[in-house]
Amino acid sequence: MTLLQWAFDGLLGITLIWLAWRTLASADLFKAIVLFIAFGLLMSLAWVRLNAPDIALAEAAIGAGLTGALLLVALARLNVVAAQTGDIESNTKQISAPEDSARTTAVVGQGVSNKHNLFQYFLVLMLSAVAAGLAYAVLSLPSEAPGLSRDVAENLNVSGVSNPVTAVLLNFRGYDTLLEMAVLLLALLGVWSLNRLPEQYESSPGLVLDMLSRLLVPLLLLVAGYLLWVGSRAPGGAFQAGSVLAAAGVLLLLAGWRPAARFLGWPLRFALIIGLAVFVSVALLMMLPGGQLLQLPPAFAGALILLIETAATLSIGVTLAALFYGSRPRSEQIPPHHTGSGGENE
Amino acid sequence: MNNAYLYALTGIVLFTLGLYALIIYSHLLRKILAINIMASGVFLQLVALSTRARPLLDAVPHAMVITGIVVAVSATALALALMLRLRDASGSAELIEESTE
Amino acid sequence: MSMTEFLTLLLLIAGAFFYIAGTVGLLRFPDIYSRLHALTKADNLGLGLIIVGLALQADSLTVIFKLILIWLLVLLASASVAHMVARSAQQKGIKPWTR
Repeated sequence: MTLLQWAFDGLLGITLIWLAWRTLASADLFKAIVLFIAFGLLMSLAWVRLNAPDIALAEAAIGAGLTGALLLVALARLNVVAAQTGDIESNTKQISAPEDSARTTAVVGQGVSNKHNLFQYFLVLMLSAVAAGLAYAVLSLPSEAPGLSRDVAENLNVSGVSNPVTAVLLNFRGYDTLLEMAVLLLALLGVWSLNRLPEQYESSPGLVLDMLSRLLVPLLLLVAGYLLWVGSRAPGGAFQAGSVLAAAGVLLLLAGWRPAARFLGWPLRFALIIGLAVFVSVALLMMLPGGQLLQLPPAFAGALILLIETAATLSIGVTLAALFYGSRPRSEQIPPHHTGSGGENE
Repeated sequence: MNNAYLYALTGIVLFTLGLYALIIYSHLLRKILAINIMASGVFLQLVALSTRARPLLDAVPHAMVITGIVVAVSATALALALMLRLRDASGSAELIEESTE
Repeated sequence: MSMTEFLTLLLLIAGAFFYIAGTVGLLRFPDIYSRLHALTKADNLGLGLIIVGLALQADSLTVIFKLILIWLLVLLASASVAHMVARSAQQKGIKPWTR
């Protein structure tokens, strides 16, 4: 049986490396992204093998699903811009595409190819040395290292939850999660402050996509709620639930649905910041009776974690879906083509 | 020595592959893919080495990786938006070496 | 080995066989439509067999329901995705393969 496990793990490792290589080396960017999605799915299998179901859920929903959707929509926008900006642009695009594919063999020009090749050999040599050094470092580590596992196990009963990963995320290392929520919000602010991106939706979503979104969205909401609730004692939690919520949002956006303009002002902002706001308020409130920042009292820890996680789930879901949409939705002025084609389905 | 070392070594190879692609390719979308693969390698490494706490479960690296995955997706989204902005501004999503001409 | 274990093993192997058949079809068939056909049909049946095999080993009804839910979701997703890929291919003007 162990031989079989070794064979499986070895095969999975080799497949991951091969997929990563194909992702990075394939000439066609679309193919590269599809292979990257497959890579993400196999990564979540690796997480299961490493006994980390929480990460497997997050990877399947975010690493493979949402990142893939973000990459695909960015590629589509890249091509839209290429088609719109006239002949010169599309010409350079056509020239640059084969050049890009040839970059692996470095035949950019006969004159520079030698120099380029030499640089590549040097790079491969250096990186092999880095990999060998890292491998040596990993293999020379002591084979047993409890890390913080004993501390987590001993304090689990005061954390308010029984899933150690959730306990670490929301209680023991609450700082990390609090700042992570801030990072998520900052990323969205960054995306919003950049240029308005071209509106990207399926020109004719089709009956099947429409039906699929109608069937799946309620189920996705249910799954998000389940993951949120079950996270206190089993794999799941705010991030997994939030990403499932975001997946529902992405599906709706793809099917051509857009929220009504009156929800795009304050209601949207409220949903975006509620997670961080609740987290910060709870963290500060803990300082009142002479406690420390983020020090949850064991008696209320479970309820407080659920409160923070519920707010965080909503914020994470809406933020990720907004990141997928790209540009800042305008509540005051609706672009003229918006109302006509595929816009408001309500 | 257990199976987790296989994944740790896979993580190292993924990290190195990603770093190689990050340096070699000029298209920004490829660079973003490369950084994502590097991140996967680092995550794999963290969790694989945390299995040395057996039979207990070391939840701290697990939580860190979940945090990392979410940060990676937000960084990817921002990087893609920057790439599109650069495409609008310069007409190309590639970093062109000036010295090669 | 008990009877249920033997049955599970049989179902899992049969399921894996359909998966392999579907994958061979994906790799060997001439055009996108026949590849989609091979992949979705064979994999749906393969997954069904694997789900039944696993359901025989389940401890509780909840687990069985979850397994069946997974199967239904994959059926729905693969059927819809196959349709959408084929539709997009047709809109791009890819002609079905003829001998």
